[in-house]
Amino acid sequence: MDWLTIITTTVHAAIGWESVVYGLAAIGVNIHFGYTGLLNFGQAAFMAVAGYGLAVAVTVMNLPFWMGIVIGLAAAAILALLLGIPTLQLRADYLAIVTIAAAEIVRLVFRSVYFKDIFGGSDGRRGFTGDFYAMNPFPPGHYGIGPFGFDERVIWFLAVGWSVVLLSCLVVYLLMKSPWGRVLKAIREDEDAVRALGKNVFSYKMQSLMLGGIIGCLAGFFYGLYNGAVQPDIFGTEMTFFAYTIVILGGAARVFGPVVGAMIFWVLFVFVGNTLAELVRNGFIPFMTTTQVGPIRYALVGLGFILLLVIRPQGIFGDKREIAINAR
Amino acid sequence: MRRAVIAFTAFLGGLIFLLAVPAHADPADCQGLRGTLKLQGQPVNGAKISVTTEGGQPVEEVTSNAQGTWDVQVDEPGKYKVTLDPSSLPADSEVRGGSNVRTPTVYEGNCSTVLFALQPKAAPGAAPEDTGQSTFWEQAAQLTFEGVNLGLIIALGALGLSLIYGTTGLTNFAHGELITLGAVIAYAFNVGFGLQLIPAAIIAIIVSGALGYGQDRLFWGQLRKRGTGTIAMMIISIGMAILLRNLIQFFFGAQNDSYTDYNTQAGIEIGPISAAPKNLWAIGIELAVLIVVGIALMKTRTGKAARAVADNPALAASSGINVDRIIRIIWASGSAIAALAGIMLGLSQSLKFTMGQDILLLIFAGVTLGGLGTAFGALVGSLVVGIFIQVSTLWVPPELKSVGALAVLIIVLLFRPQGILGRRERIG
Repeated sequence: MDWLTIITTTVHAAIGWESVVYGLAAIGVNIHFGYTGLLNFGQAAFMAVAGYGLAVAVTVMNLPFWMGIVIGLAAAAILALLLGIPTLQLRADYLAIVTIAAAEIVRLVFRSVYFKDIFGGSDGRRGFTGDFYAMNPFPPGHYGIGPFGFDERVIWFLAVGWSVVLLSCLVVYLLMKSPWGRVLKAIREDEDAVRALGKNVFSYKMQSLMLGGIIGCLAGFFYGLYNGAVQPDIFGTEMTFFAYTIVILGGAARVFGPVVGAMIFWVLFVFVGNTLAELVRNGFIPFMTTTQVGPIRYALVGLGFILLLVIRPQGIFGDKREIAINAR
Repeated sequence: MRRAVIAFTAFLGGLIFLLAVPAHADPADCQGLRGTLKLQGQPVNGAKISVTTEGGQPVEEVTSNAQGTWDVQVDEPGKYKVTLDPSSLPADSEVRGGSNVRTPTVYEGNCSTVLFALQPKAAPGAAPEDTGQSTFWEQAAQLTFEGVNLGLIIALGALGLSLIYGTTGLTNFAHGELITLGAVIAYAFNVGFGLQLIPAAIIAIIVSGALGYGQDRLFWGQLRKRGTGTIAMMIISIGMAILLRNLIQFFFGAQNDSYTDYNTQAGIEIGPISAAPKNLWAIGIELAVLIVVGIALMKTRTGKAARAVADNPALAASSGINVDRIIRIIWASGSAIAALAGIMLGLSQSLKFTMGQDILLLIFAGVTLGGLGTAFGALVGSLVVGIFIQVSTLWVPPELKSVGALAVLIIVLLFRPQGILGRRERIG
């Protein structure tokens, strides 16, 4: 058993790129689901259009890096409009169905041979991160203590990533303290009451969908920047589902819930996965092969998610009175 | 709303602009056409294939190698005409569908695969060989037939989904996994225990029904008793879907597979349509099941009770109906019907652990189109979706055919959110 590798990968996951990317995706979901009560099951689509917006702008259209970021943000905002207009006036499950369908449309279009010249088919796009890493102020070297540490490329990514995560948390904190945020929470509790007070519920929901989508799209940028590539099949329904698991684990409608949730989620996910793989490799679990570890740990996430919702829907830090899922 | 419409128009404009930008393709390492000729799993060696441009200029003539593969590289992207010489095929075989000409499109830097499905020759005296290229209308008729086939499978899934939704209010995102489960259980009996497919399918349907019953008895029923809301249950069902899907992958693996029976069947020509007998049988069985369930809902005591529960559970309970029992019957029959849908899907396409997940969105499209919560609407909506998907491949690349159906789902919600047969009050 290689415990050192298991422990180092687990610690790295807690503060590594996974927590940054999924933390941002979950902050977006938290705005939708935790604060407003919207069931957006297409968060992966927001990440995909952003990642691809950046990648296509830089590699295909030869635009500068910052233009790519602008295009990605605009694409996410437009996607929110497209999803919101038909569904935000209908019951909650319609938004769920439409967003999950839209995420699938986006994935199928990005991986199609027909649009391969633009989106690169199932191989996706790579080679758009040069400008980002050219801005790296860290000199080459190893940053960390003992076996825990990152090279200069990763430490630059993490510095920017965690700054953006904290900034997003600050934005969420300030917005949710404001009158605007109180309207969102009121919509979650009782839409009709808010409408009776003369607020335009549709418009508030749309703003929430856009804001959460834009924060989710930052996750798409960071995914592309860390991996140096975007591929269509990364942005499947599992990614959205992980974001939901993280939000509920950390506690919905809590500013730091998604961030802490992401760290705990990835620690558990990496630790369980690597430990299982090591056990199988050393012959302690004879009825499994190493390729079967992948599905088993996904199945465990599903099981954990069900148990969490049944036993403790408020997660670790949440407040049971603020969980929208039992209303309506 | 007005501002939103302007933004939408701007987005469409942007999209067209994006498509108009000349894209730089990577240096092509493969640009052309290729394919593999197989007869009942055996490669066909020495079949002659000639490729010409759309205008008839000859490009190249090749013969298939010992693995049955052939490959033609072309300089220009565009439409090509591929002709398979029927006389070079083994004497007892023919091309399924009759036509030995294909007109595929080559995209820049891409290799397109050209399919010639070969089959044993039909009995002598069958319909004469169609030598000409199949016309647009023949293709449309063939695709409509395939669409009906797919639509009925979607309808079976949609029926189960609607029944469960109607009686419990649960939008069950794990319904796709019930479909996969049925198909995989039948696979286990068929391939694992060597049972013929029909008894294997019957066992799988019964086992699935029992599992559905147990699922409600042990899990969903308990949640209802705790007073869990429908939205919470919907989110839980997504966790259930992930759990089941990955457990199925754990046991089944990630590959594509098929049943051991009814793989290759000679087609029967009915007018412009060529159909394998298994497809006709499948359509017959699907229709019969749909009709039987429909009659059971309308005429039998349990069916009437189920409709009463769907209308108002509290009122149904107070008039002496055992609501929990009705819901369990609905869960059992819904799961059994889903298993049947899975087996039919596995028979007409292939088995994969994501098959249910992939068709679930089409089921949602069908259900929404027909009206959420109406059993009859689900049938109509599913048929429309199935036919639409297949017929749209006349114009849309086949890999994007689901995209069209899902886009229709969104457009329907925009203009008639209650669906074709839905009632306005259910959506608000």
